[in-house]
Amino acid sequence: MTTLTLATGHLQGRRLPRAAAPATALVAAALAVLLGQISPVSGVAGTTCVAVVLFFAGYTALSFAVEGSRHAIDRLASTLIYASFLAALVPLVWILSTVLVRGGRVLSAGFLGHSMRGIGADATGGGVYHALVGTIEQVLLATVIAVPIGVLTAIYLVEYGRHSKLSKAIGFFVDVMTGVPSIIAGLFVYSAFIVSLGFQRTGLAGALALSILMIPVVVRSTEEMLKIVPSELREAAYALGVPKWRTILRVVIPTAIGGITTGVMLAIARISGETAPLLLTTFLSQSINFNPTSGPQASIPTFVWDQIGSATHPALDRAWAGALVLILFVAVLYTTARLIAWVTGGARR
Amino acid sequence: MAKRIDITNVSSYYGKFEAVSDVSLRIEPNAVTAFIGPSGCGKSTLLRTLNRMHEVVPGTSVTGEILLDGENIYDDTVDPVNVRRTIGMVFQRPNPFPTMSIYENVAAGIRLDARRMPKSELDGLVERSLQAANLWNEVKDRLKKPGASLSGGQQQRLCIARAIAVEPAVLLMDEPCSSLDPISTLAIEDLIDELKNNYTIVIVTHNMQQAARVSDTTAFFNLAGIGQPGRLIESAPTALIFSTPGQKATEDYISGRFG
Amino acid sequence: MTKLGAGVPDSIQGSVVRRGDLVFRRLAKGAGLAVLVVLAAIAGFLVWRSVPGLRANTANFLTSTAWFPDQSPSRFGIAAIAFGTVVTAALALLIAVPIGFGVALFIAFYAPPKLATALGFIVDLLAAVPSIIFGLWGLQVLMPHLGGLQRWLNDHLGFIPIFHNSLGIYTKSLFVAAVVLGVMVLPTVSAISREIFLKVPHSNVEAALALGATRWETMRMAVLPFSRPGMISAAMLGLGRALGETIAVALILSALNVVNWHVTEPGGNTFAANIALGWNEAGPIGLSALIASGLVLFVLTLVVNVVARSIIWRRAEFHEGL
Repeated sequence: MTTLTLATGHLQGRRLPRAAAPATALVAAALAVLLGQISPVSGVAGTTCVAVVLFFAGYTALSFAVEGSRHAIDRLASTLIYASFLAALVPLVWILSTVLVRGGRVLSAGFLGHSMRGIGADATGGGVYHALVGTIEQVLLATVIAVPIGVLTAIYLVEYGRHSKLSKAIGFFVDVMTGVPSIIAGLFVYSAFIVSLGFQRTGLAGALALSILMIPVVVRSTEEMLKIVPSELREAAYALGVPKWRTILRVVIPTAIGGITTGVMLAIARISGETAPLLLTTFLSQSINFNPTSGPQASIPTFVWDQIGSATHPALDRAWAGALVLILFVAVLYTTARLIAWVTGGARR
Repeated sequence: MAKRIDITNVSSYYGKFEAVSDVSLRIEPNAVTAFIGPSGCGKSTLLRTLNRMHEVVPGTSVTGEILLDGENIYDDTVDPVNVRRTIGMVFQRPNPFPTMSIYENVAAGIRLDARRMPKSELDGLVERSLQAANLWNEVKDRLKKPGASLSGGQQQRLCIARAIAVEPAVLLMDEPCSSLDPISTLAIEDLIDELKNNYTIVIVTHNMQQAARVSDTTAFFNLAGIGQPGRLIESAPTALIFSTPGQKATEDYISGRFG
Repeated sequence: MTKLGAGVPDSIQGSVVRRGDLVFRRLAKGAGLAVLVVLAAIAGFLVWRSVPGLRANTANFLTSTAWFPDQSPSRFGIAAIAFGTVVTAALALLIAVPIGFGVALFIAFYAPPKLATALGFIVDLLAAVPSIIFGLWGLQVLMPHLGGLQRWLNDHLGFIPIFHNSLGIYTKSLFVAAVVLGVMVLPTVSAISREIFLKVPHSNVEAALALGATRWETMRMAVLPFSRPGMISAAMLGLGRALGETIAVALILSALNVVNWHVTEPGGNTFAANIALGWNEAGPIGLSALIASGLVLFVLTLVVNVVARSIIWRRAEFHEGL
């Protein structure tokens, strides 16, 4: 009979002291700075990269020498997992801080209160007012179209079609639809409404494209909210002789309304930053146009796109300020959504 | 190689909540010790402190001393991975790895330590472990089938085989039969009786008949009320505790007057 | 005075389904069907409206790298934009998938549980940043910073063809676009794989720990094998997003329709960027040609999404069956 070659009964294991990680990090950083003096890899970014690689290697080697291969692999894996989270934060912080700093320099009441009418690319001044008007109207229109369809679809999936083949198919393709690129929605609205039906490029056409992107998001969030409405509530209403449709409208929807609203707000936040579909459907415009059913209409994302395209210093300043307005717009929607969720307790996300 | 456990003044906490308070107890090798008591009395928590599984839940802490053949498992120089390797555990519900075959489930723990063990040696170890768990005859023709394809009782014996494949010194069992039917329960109880020849066994059970059937020593835990920590009331040879309990509370519990 | 019981109907007979119920039910079902109709209509209209362009085309639509639909004779093909799309998406996944899985593992198993939700929310914020802002940042801020890295790749790894750069210019390259895409796809990959990781049975994690596995060995033993199908579909959904992303890529690339394996050199184009950049200058045939290329993109992303979602759905049914 073979005997186990495993190390049984040795509870003791040499472990690295707590200070090992910060100490290794310090040494790695110092080495990286030194290397930066003599090697071509230098600068803040280069030195940081070298320091990080040195830390991974040094810490793992130290652990291997002291604790053995199993713990060394474990520590390397943990380090990489922690590092990947930090790596994900880098672009977020970088983007938000750049937008705040560069946009904040230009953003003013005048920027919010003026359009780009008569302002050349080289001129300073001008503003985002026309685009703000356009974005608000387009987003509202898209919401008016998408929310009834989305909520009704969710009602069908949860209340009527449970486990039927049709509802499974709808649920599946709603998921698939969330992955359809936004530019395809623009292409569709263009080829269906503008080429085939002869409409103009207007704010309404843009809103139609946005609503296509919004519907699946509304369906999914509403569905989640309807699912967590306790079935006892429905049964109580049925037991009182209330018809099903009135039960849904009077009992189920009011119970879930907080969560549904949160989902809708998040969906609005998602579509209000969309640029590609609007480029194809609303056209660019420098003037204020309150009428979404006639003529080109601006929006904040296409405003930013336009200013980047001009590529002059004043235009790029306006682009960053527009980006800041867009971020603030989305942030307000996000915060409102979370507040609603928090107040109603309807959403646990 | 069964080992003795000496518990001295051990308390276990979840955050600030004290789940078990000030337990001192000796657990003899090559014997079965049963922890009994009403729910919430801390018997499972104490069991999990014996192989340092308690600390896997964030915010938990332990005070006191637990010696395994004289070696404190909570010493700073002790590696918890080695502790769990030496003190195996079987859980309330059978939990074979769903993506692994029967064979791979048994081999899972061995592969951690001996990654390049020759196939023939590994085969032998898997077979011996399954035999020791009284499962070999039932599964020898389908070792490549998923572990989840077995019945509940077979799955639990597979988990026992998985735990003993790494040749631990102690086997902890947390209500191992609570989700099983009577026949499977009987099979596990017979198995426990055989396993004590090689291991120190600690079993948590809410079933007093089971404690009476399988254990040599019984430790009774109780709590003064909800929100109060569980305490060890008494521990004695099983025959003694079921015939002439030393404490009123033990007698009440055993005779079914509460709990 | 009303007698008690006056409100009770004489008979419990009546139409089996009330009219209100019928109307409401049909309304709900109609809305659901509308979703399917929209998807079908997207395909239908894109096919219909791409016919004039495809008819006029004198080049091979699939193999030509030219894009001159409004010249006469009209010549256009998707070879170059398909190349650029696939290369940027693949490079983006190389960045986003490992980091995304790392982030998801961190939030599901490594971070303190009390903080996990908040940390997950922070990563999700990255998904809320509009793509025009990623583009602006990529073009104005990130691109200058990536010059050094790309130069270093050329200097030290230039013997590998894709890192070779004979121009010495490191802006507006597929590589830069791919890095920005990687950042944009990251929250998709991490959010979906996080949900998959959270479905791993806790009892299996405990079983692995009790066998004496380290934390990473526990991941390898109990978490990763169980989550593999979900991780694959998370990566595929990330791929779908990367393939279709428009604005950020359009801002960064110089929109040169060439097939160039040297990804750090300027040039290259993608389906979506080509549409966004060419739209306002295109004539009738040009628009139809762009719609035809959009149809290819639609089919591509549809296939990727259907496969990815099928994996998740089959998995979900498997869980319900447990």
